[in-house]
Amino acid sequence: MEKQIILNNRHIELTLKRLCYQLIESHNDFSNSIIIGLQPRGIHVVTRIKKELEAILNREIVCGNLDITFYRDDFRRRERPLIPSVTNIDFDIEGKNIILVDDVLYTGRTIRAGLDALLAFGRPSKVELLAFIDRRFNRDLPIQADYIGFKVDTLSQERVSVEWRDIEGEDKVMLFTPENNG
Amino acid sequence: MDNLSVDHLTGINNLTKADIELILKTAETFKQVINRPIKKVPSLRDITIANLFFENSTRTRLSFELAEKRLSADVVNFSAANSSVKKGETLIDTTNNILSMKVDMVVMRHPNPGAAKFLSERVNARVINAGDGTHEHPTQALLDAFSIREQLGTLEGKKVVIVGDITHSRVALSNIYCLQKMGAEVMVCGPTTLIPKYIAELGVKVEHNLRKALEWCDVANMLRIQLERQDIKYFPSLREYSMLFGLDKKLLDSLDKRIIIMHPGPINRGVEITSDVADSDQSIILQQVENGVAVRMACIYLLASKIER
Repeated sequence: MEKQIILNNRHIELTLKRLCYQLIESHNDFSNSIIIGLQPRGIHVVTRIKKELEAILNREIVCGNLDITFYRDDFRRRERPLIPSVTNIDFDIEGKNIILVDDVLYTGRTIRAGLDALLAFGRPSKVELLAFIDRRFNRDLPIQADYIGFKVDTLSQERVSVEWRDIEGEDKVMLFTPENNG
Repeated sequence: MDNLSVDHLTGINNLTKADIELILKTAETFKQVINRPIKKVPSLRDITIANLFFENSTRTRLSFELAEKRLSADVVNFSAANSSVKKGETLIDTTNNILSMKVDMVVMRHPNPGAAKFLSERVNARVINAGDGTHEHPTQALLDAFSIREQLGTLEGKKVVIVGDITHSRVALSNIYCLQKMGAEVMVCGPTTLIPKYIAELGVKVEHNLRKALEWCDVANMLRIQLERQDIKYFPSLREYSMLFGLDKKLLDSLDKRIIIMHPGPINRGVEITSDVADSDQSIILQQVENGVAVRMACIYLLASKIER
């Protein structure tokens, strides 16, 4: 695989800041809004956005984690079982504005599962989607993000990986391309 | 380790420690699921499960059925009392007839030890043993392990005493295997006549004095006297059994530590434990029932993921 850094530390900082101000434009002081990160990687985006928003708004932003394993459409289509992660939604989502967050929006299947998983907790007033990276030409389902950090044009055999300084030691977005990709 | 090493759940004896860890970890997530406003997930919506109960059961059958429905599986129930088994049909014939209806998984309780293994070798479906005679009851042992771990954080190094009719108990045998694999120490306690002669070879301690057993343990699992399996008298009277091996509040309070009380149900109040013990805050009997659904969901989910499309 050929590796290429497409966003570095400074780009990521700026992108996160921009996303926060876009969220504030739509959600004001977040008094009726909740941010929910999709397991396993969306939760790291939420951690950073929460920190940034709380610094700007000077108030606590309610955030949660949502695991979508049991709602996926590829059960029994894989070699190994899908092992779930932790869901952390200990608040009421009824009537709230929810922002679902994931690191990479690719086929849209995770988000479809995320919507189903979310509705098991109640009926929110509105659900929006924030994708830190949008692989915009690879969609299998009619799903689009409301807030996008960075759009990348990729082939399906390529892979995009987002790394975070708190987890992997450095903020960066990488594109992996197969060597023999003509 | 993210896949079970077995294709059927016939007993704890053929599970590895990693299998048990995987089931318990998956069950933690299912416990979250069954406490949500919508307690159901769509994972198994293309799976059909047959519950074959050749022996009476209330709690286990309900628990399995609820677990299957919470996973969105289609469920068919079969009980021997009102079936062709009464007309002389064999186990294999009954099961094959049910499997012809395109059933993917069979949950079976049967009075004969080894029935689940026998079935798993002969039918083209995943088999879960819901109790085979006096042999094993793997999901009960898993839910007991889950419940202890939930209370104490770990099973490693914990001391568990199983009190009562060990000879006729499939719960005891599965619990011994499961607890030992998870690093706990196990003791059995009961009248000499209800403790198998060679049980110490399984690596368990044997004690005939209830007080001494309780003073040793962190957890006491009180079993029911299985009168229906006792073809001869193993002790003079229930009253005497209760006096020597029944747990009452006075005995519990006289211990210099707080132990956890478990019971696989159904309870004979006043025989193996008194009502005030069963209903005390040291008893986790009802948590065991709740955990039973989550653990069975985990077992079904993990085995179903191995069913080929």
